[in-house]
Amino acid sequence: MEKIMMRKMKDNQSGVISAIKVGGELGRRIRDMGLVPGATVKIQGRAPLYDPVAIRVMGFTLTLRNNEADHIEVEVG
Amino acid sequence: MEAKIALTGNPNSGKTTLFNELTGARQHVGNYPGVTVEKKEGTYIHNGDKIHVVDLPGTYSLTAYSEEEVVARDFLVNENPDVVIDIVDAANLERNLYLAIQFLEMGVPVCIALNMIDAAKSRGVEINAERLSTLLGNPVIPTIARTGKGKKELITAAVKMAQERERKDPLKISYGDDLDEAILEMEKAIKTSNFLTDTYQARWVALKYLENDKQILSKGKGINPSVSARLEEIVEKVSLHLQRTLNIYPEAMIADQRYGYINSIIKQGVIQHKYDQNRLYTSDKIDKVVTNRFLGPIIMIAVLIALYQFTFTYSEVPVGWFESFFGWLGDTASAHLPDGLLKSLVVSGVIDGVGGVLGFVPLIMFMFLGIALLEDSGYLARVAFMLDRVFRTFGLHGSSVMAYIVSGGIAGGCAVPGVMATRTLKSPRERLATLLTVPFMSCGAKLPVFVLLIAAFFAKNEATIMLAITLISWAGALLVAKFLRVTIIKGESTPFVMELPPYRLPTFKGLAIHTWERTWQYIKKAGTVILGISIILWAMMTFPGLPGSRVQEFDNMRETVKVAAGETAVRELEASREETKLSGQSEALQNQLIIIDGKEAEEGLRNSVAGRMGIALEGVSKWAGFDWRTNIALVGGFAAKEVVVSTLGTAYSLGEVDPEETGSLSETLANTPGWSPLVALSLIIFTVFYAPCFVTVVMIVRESGSWKWGVFSMAFNTVLALVLATLVFQIGSIMGILVS
Ligand SMILES: Nc1nc2c(ncn2[C@@H]2O[C@H](COP(=O)(O)OP(=O)(O)OP(=O)(O)O)[C@@H](O)[C@H]2O)c(=O)[nH]1
Repeated sequence: MEKIMMRKMKDNQSGVISAIKVGGELGRRIRDMGLVPGATVKIQGRAPLYDPVAIRVMGFTLTLRNNEADHIEVEVG
Repeated sequence: MEAKIALTGNPNSGKTTLFNELTGARQHVGNYPGVTVEKKEGTYIHNGDKIHVVDLPGTYSLTAYSEEEVVARDFLVNENPDVVIDIVDAANLERNLYLAIQFLEMGVPVCIALNMIDAAKSRGVEINAERLSTLLGNPVIPTIARTGKGKKELITAAVKMAQERERKDPLKISYGDDLDEAILEMEKAIKTSNFLTDTYQARWVALKYLENDKQILSKGKGINPSVSARLEEIVEKVSLHLQRTLNIYPEAMIADQRYGYINSIIKQGVIQHKYDQNRLYTSDKIDKVVTNRFLGPIIMIAVLIALYQFTFTYSEVPVGWFESFFGWLGDTASAHLPDGLLKSLVVSGVIDGVGGVLGFVPLIMFMFLGIALLEDSGYLARVAFMLDRVFRTFGLHGSSVMAYIVSGGIAGGCAVPGVMATRTLKSPRERLATLLTVPFMSCGAKLPVFVLLIAAFFAKNEATIMLAITLISWAGALLVAKFLRVTIIKGESTPFVMELPPYRLPTFKGLAIHTWERTWQYIKKAGTVILGISIILWAMMTFPGLPGSRVQEFDNMRETVKVAAGETAVRELEASREETKLSGQSEALQNQLIIIDGKEAEEGLRNSVAGRMGIALEGVSKWAGFDWRTNIALVGGFAAKEVVVSTLGTAYSLGEVDPEETGSLSETLANTPGWSPLVALSLIIFTVFYAPCFVTVVMIVRESGSWKWGVFSMAFNTVLALVLATLVFQIGSIMGILVS
């Protein structure tokens, strides 16, 4: 088990969110969409310019910019 | 009885579909006061009861960060709907319940529509609605909004709730010992001083203080600063404690606990997954191709070009009908009204003005049909996803691309639907920057101006120059957007935390209603503001007209040539119709008369308010190489950009020039001293950047919600255009490029 930032995750890699390290509007939006500690996420793919990233959480697909994914810490197995 | 029902739910949960299914054509679209969020209302007759349905904006949560959320929240507390129907996407139960339990915490009566059960089923998700209903303590009715299944049962349950009118206690979720203790303490303080309790529940106010909710905090401060300070103190204390012990802020803790609560509910036999949740669905397989690194951009370009072709090819025929109709109307009015001001007002002011605007209607309809198709199918979200990296560099958002394309990103669009297309952008700053810069694109009305100038001065390099113009408009728009985003619209970029909805086949009804709504808004505008402005523009180009003595002199000139030509020629000309072949003598007479008419029109224009403005502006415009004739034409271009061409025609005494046939005018320009390729280039640059036409300005005002931005776009764009054109002209003149 190792904790890395979501930006570092590879395509198709999955993990469990361990912390969201941002407050304010961004933090709120991230949490509102179901990205909370304990949620399982999987990287679906990246846009042609490698940013934003598409992730799968709770059965739906969500997009985030890389600098936003930088605030999400994921435990990967 | 009458009941008021509010529809709420996450974006993409099928809210609009259900609303349309319920209200059909009995709906009304407006705006919430003071904001640009759309408000839809309608009625539904159920067993003889008239039910008033309001569609609230789709949101994921009830914080105070976005306008939509504030609007939804305010509606619930101020308008007190009898029931709130929360539409929940069954395929995404957990995230959708996050909003639902926030309604329950607010204490509003909620009836849940468990929508898209068909889609959920095909994903292997089974939901036990009864169990969910028992656990939540609220009705849960399975529906399929697309087919109307479950609609009756849903409304029956909602009406029953409305009739019973029993207000249940708000849901109480445990937020952990520390927060629970703080909430209790705050509740006590709130209740004893009746702090905000006439509108909100005490516990809810406490929660909002913990969540650091801007709206409630400022309301609280306004009403009772000392209680507010006391509450903030409690928040501060528990916040410090939480950060020290768990390294977490209260608002994060609250969100975590809410999801924890949802989890505990759905684990009690509410949901059954037949397949692994991360399994690839059809939609994901499509995405593997459609957002592929290499194929993705190619497909995207193909789709955008197809949208464009679709819009402009298919709308051409109905646009032609509109044009012929208004042409016929103009001719009929000309034939039946006596010569003079009234005729000029009706024909040039009213019919040409409104006709020009209504002529766009089919174009706008097709454009919005195309956009609705891309939006409802889910493809638009992918376009935003793929292009976000590029647009973000300029302070914009991936979704901005649609507005640019529609406005003429591929030469020939129209900024009016372009400005309206910015509605799909949910981020306010990015949206404003987009709608202020889309008018720089090469819209269809600017093309005749470019074609005229290219034909006169750059005939050999037509394609290259056109391409260069398109690139200049893109570069200009993006750079100006960046400039605006670091100056007057500065601020953090809105997070790109966005859902990629599964691909869905759009329904015909959905597309039709969507398209009609937008088109109708446009028509309503054309009927009111735009009519007024086109009359003002007409008056500016007409008054004060020539003094009587001068008119007399022109009449005398006509008489003189007629006398010189002889009576037979005059009679032949008067009896002739358009297609008759004239004898040499009367043809010469006709030409002489046309020249005199042209001179008179030129003098009249020069003497009009617009003409005087043109002359007065020469002092400034000469730096960019424009004389008064060009200036008037540009003033006229405010009505619609192609008017630049016809006005130039009048100013060069060629009479009105049809923008489609500019041969003689471009010849005249090429041979007029004072014109050079450099002047033409400077004018091209000016035309790309200067004030948008007034229809676009009216739409900018509407979409930005303030006159300020309309005025800004006229002033800023014109100054920018003047500076750029002056630079081109001065640098060119100094270096001796293109001067002859
Ligand atoms: N399979 C299925 N599709 C549905 C159902 N209800 C709606 N849809 C489709 O889901 C898509 C989104 O529906 P909308 O009604 O536009 O959703 P909305 O909640 O209004 O979304 P926003 O307009 O983004 O707020 C449309 O393509 C609908 O046709 C349903 O019960 N089953």
